[in-house]
Amino acid sequence: MAKDLLKVKDLSIQYNTDEGVVKAVDNMTFEIGVGETIGIVGETGAGKTTTALGIMQLVPNPPGKIVQGEIIFKGEDLLKKKEEEMRKIRGNKISMIFQDPMTSLNPVMTTEDQIAEVILLHQEVSQKEAMEKARDMIETVGIPRERGKEYPHQFSGGMRQRIVIAIALACNPELLIADEPTTALDVTIQAQVLKLMKRLKDEFETSMIMITHDLGVVANICDKVAIMYTGYVVEYAKVRDLYENPLHPYTQGLFGSIPNVEEDEKRLNPIKGLMPDPTEIPPGCPFNPRCPKVMDICKSVVPQRVEVEEGHFVNCHLYPAEEYKK
Amino acid sequence: MSKNILEVKNLKKYFKTPKGMLHAVDDVNFFIKEGETLGLVGESGCGKSTTGRAILRLVEPTSGEVNFEGKNIVDFNGAQMREARKNMQIIFQDPYASLNPRMNLGQIIAEPLLINKVFKERKQVTDRVKELMDTVGLTPRLLNAFPHELDGGRRQRVGVARALALNPKFIVQDEPVSALDVSIQAQILNLMQDIQEELGLTYLFISHDLSVVKHVSDRIAVMYLGKIVELSDYNAIFKNPLHPYTQALLSAIPVPRVDAPDNMIILEGDVPSPVNPPEGCRFYGRCRYRQDICKAKTPELREYEPERFVACHLVEELQK
Repeated sequence: MAKDLLKVKDLSIQYNTDEGVVKAVDNMTFEIGVGETIGIVGETGAGKTTTALGIMQLVPNPPGKIVQGEIIFKGEDLLKKKEEEMRKIRGNKISMIFQDPMTSLNPVMTTEDQIAEVILLHQEVSQKEAMEKARDMIETVGIPRERGKEYPHQFSGGMRQRIVIAIALACNPELLIADEPTTALDVTIQAQVLKLMKRLKDEFETSMIMITHDLGVVANICDKVAIMYTGYVVEYAKVRDLYENPLHPYTQGLFGSIPNVEEDEKRLNPIKGLMPDPTEIPPGCPFNPRCPKVMDICKSVVPQRVEVEEGHFVNCHLYPAEEYKK
Repeated sequence: MSKNILEVKNLKKYFKTPKGMLHAVDDVNFFIKEGETLGLVGESGCGKSTTGRAILRLVEPTSGEVNFEGKNIVDFNGAQMREARKNMQIIFQDPYASLNPRMNLGQIIAEPLLINKVFKERKQVTDRVKELMDTVGLTPRLLNAFPHELDGGRRQRVGVARALALNPKFIVQDEPVSALDVSIQAQILNLMQDIQEELGLTYLFISHDLSVVKHVSDRIAVMYLGKIVELSDYNAIFKNPLHPYTQALLSAIPVPRVDAPDNMIILEGDVPSPVNPPEGCRFYGRCRYRQDICKAKTPELREYEPERFVACHLVEELQK
């Protein structure tokens, strides 16, 4: 197995709101090897984006606060870094692609200027060299280099997302965090962007965190996957293990909710009920009011992480820790 | 075989823009049989929503016929149209924008009943509203709640209840689940299916999500840049798509399964502008198989096999 590039350990992030404390991310643990891609899957409000912002240390404070945990990047805890040091890492060693390509570009700067800005900030190169490199990046993402002189509004949605990718990859980062990079795009354009990301991942050996709600995208591009529900990781495994043998009832429910394109089915099996209010997470397992296999213990005790088979972790009382202890 | 409840003939909707005529819907023909669901799929800007709206005359068609139960509603005057709309309703995409924030649920759902003066007494209206809320799975406790107090799934249920209020025969569903999370999406899809079976409704289901469309539809029409390029039984379309665009579209769906074959057909470029489109096949610029004839002549939607319609000059050749 490749060496760990990033290790997130017991990370908890809270937002203090007027309605109460929201545990956006609770005790999150995962690791990424060099060249590896992990998918973080969950529905609205599951804490996916907050996790990403936490790693980048961009959680708006206040109201947000990282209350505990470690984020070890290449052996160093990012949470102990000063803001100036973080600024040297962001966009350089770790960079991020945001969901909406319409709003994450500066409308009054040409695209090549926006890419060159990152390069100038992090590398000791001349203006001219930076521009040249920016144009190279534009070409790398499949856009003619002359178009770098154009402004974001002159590009289509798919092309804008390519520009965002070009900015993110301009300094050859070791870790790329992509927050729903294809959600705003049409399916044929999504296919183009996914293919591009796969190619670039192989070319630059970048590790990647892919945040999405689409289990199809995960199967297409990820090595590992973490399923989140109300700030908790409920299941964490290699993609193959999780897809072939989903253990947590929430994971099973997610799979039951997606219409199957390959086979015929008459009815979907949705998860009953709704996500709980983030300020009033039920005691015990947060999924217990919606769980079809709920037991008494689920209503009072928070399930701990259990390694059911090698590398396949689940937080659920159906899999008691004693049975799986080696 | 059941009869056709809706027949759309040569429907066109052009919008005037500073750059020229925008051909949002360009000569579209289809019919929907009573009790079935026709799925209308395509990417952003292909004209699927405009088609749905033009059928209800929420946008006035530029030309063409919309025959609902044998009568061309495009010729109807205001009073006739109001009467016809009792039978033709719509559910909108965005449950956040389609409900009046200043009205409570009781008022929102009662509005169509009051406008059409269905009942004489207030009590009857309230009873009907409660009945509708029950049908869509909303607790009566929410009668006085306002839309902002509800999550997206419940809001969409309100939209469904409002659409059902006048006992319509036909409902246009314009991306009804796109704004919802998957677990909630599945709940709404099941609800719509139950209601259809119970009340014998006919749906036009508009969506960009192919797996959802396949799940709900009996037949599927694929739109590209204002035109229907393929229309047939959902099974046939997924098993053997005929049009090169349909093939690419279907191959691009990421399948939630490991070892899914990676045979995505990656289309070059983007959808061209619908403003003053040139003669010839709209898909010409991005098609893998394009030939001279495709540029010279616009392909008509024709019956390639019984009940299978496709608009492509090369389909015979490609199927060999």
